[in-house]
Amino acid sequence: MTILALDWGFIIEKLIMIAIVVFASLGIALYTTFGERKVAAILQDRPGPSRAGPFGLLQPLADGLKLIMKEEIIPNAASKWLFILGPGLAMTASLMTCAVIPWGSAVDVFGRHVELQIADVNIGILYVFAVVSMGVYGIMIGGWASNNKFSLMSALRAASQAISYELAMGLALIALLMTTGSLSLKTIVEQQIQGHWWNIVYQPLGFLIFFITAMAECNRTPFDLPEAENELNFGYHQEYSSMKLGFYLFAEYINMIMSSAIMATMYFGGYDLPFFNEASVAPNIAALIGVGTLLIKIVMFIFLFMWIRWTIPRFRYDQLMGLGWKTLIPLALFNMLLTGAVILAKL
Amino acid sequence: MQALTNRVQAVNRKPMTFLERLYLINIIKGMMITFSHMFKKQPTIRYPEEKREFSPVFRGLHVLNRDEEGRERCTACGLCAVACPAEAITMEAAERVEGEENLYREEKYAAKYEINMLRCIFCGLCEDACPKDAIYLSETFAPANYTRKGFVYAKSDLLIPNPKTEANAYAEAKGVQA
Repeated sequence: MTILALDWGFIIEKLIMIAIVVFASLGIALYTTFGERKVAAILQDRPGPSRAGPFGLLQPLADGLKLIMKEEIIPNAASKWLFILGPGLAMTASLMTCAVIPWGSAVDVFGRHVELQIADVNIGILYVFAVVSMGVYGIMIGGWASNNKFSLMSALRAASQAISYELAMGLALIALLMTTGSLSLKTIVEQQIQGHWWNIVYQPLGFLIFFITAMAECNRTPFDLPEAENELNFGYHQEYSSMKLGFYLFAEYINMIMSSAIMATMYFGGYDLPFFNEASVAPNIAALIGVGTLLIKIVMFIFLFMWIRWTIPRFRYDQLMGLGWKTLIPLALFNMLLTGAVILAKL
Repeated sequence: MQALTNRVQAVNRKPMTFLERLYLINIIKGMMITFSHMFKKQPTIRYPEEKREFSPVFRGLHVLNRDEEGRERCTACGLCAVACPAEAITMEAAERVEGEENLYREEKYAAKYEINMLRCIFCGLCEDACPKDAIYLSETFAPANYTRKGFVYAKSDLLIPNPKTEANAYAEAKGVQA
């Protein structure tokens, strides 16, 4: 009778959480596209989208509507199922990351103690890595299924880029994990709250490597070689139209939000608001303040991503590989050894 | 070697220093430049609401003028058509008959006057050639059209409103020119 013993409240609570988090990330991603255009415009002395609604705020809705209304084209030579699977996989993989991110401490609703995290997996970071590396399949499958040389080239680039940068990313994280001793994102945040210093203080080099590799993982400029407009005609997007294209573009923004969230969680104290005593207000309000803090940190990271995108041009392919294998991996290894040495000296 | 001008600059072939090879510092410098642009004034003119002013010598669409009493000035002499380097102007003359003195200023008038706006180069030579001050170039430019035929402007498209009967429209048309 184990099925009857299920805590239905728990399931409903988690379902609501999932719905909120998924729709919130979709909504934020929608407005990130708007933010991207606005930031790009302001950095280039332009006003940016300003016609749809007040300050152009309805622009992302108009963009989304446009994408949905467009004709869906599947090329004759494409392998149909893979062609459809590609964008779906890209979207799923990027949304799955949000399951382990602790969005806040906990709230008490209707007498229930609700943790603001979908799943506090004790191997949270490992899970994130597994899902992130699945994201590249979306691009690879899409690029392969399009049956187009540019798309294929871009898929190959994306795969090799992801492999080279995931290594450095993992190595940078190992150093962090050596200091925290836990893979659970919740535990990492709580350690940072109790330990008074955020992890960025202990791992500045590790953060730098993580940040660069995260940018490469999200296929953001200066690492946007898979979609290089001027050499590959938008790469793996090329044969896609309508909402399938929208999914790819959207997945990129969700990836950006998720990597910002992970960076904020692991290096910048997650939902911790500094110089603020959480015990001085009601626990529910404190939790909400925590959520707001995390969101602000995420927005700041997203702005940083955009700011970099509209400042530096794209790397050349050999430069990208050189930076990944010859610079970031040795640096990450060095960082790991250094961290190990410091931990040993402290013992 | 003797330099030909004093603007010669020697190419710096020094290998990059460690800090330069790091790139990060230069990237941050670049980011500071883009950041400073956030606070700069935008040169954008939001077109339909805001309009950029034309220069005083701007030459736009042609207008066929009337005199103070609302009579057409054009006598269909054809000097504008002769002056036109693009051969955009055609006209047919007609003789004024009894009772049309309030319509046409002189005994001869243009029964048909057409300018092909696709041929016109807006040079303003017609305006210079006209001995009767009958044609001048306004400050509006030719609006878009669906057909090529639509760009052949007939006399009714070019003629300024009558100051006697449509004073407001006339003032408006005049105001565009001023």
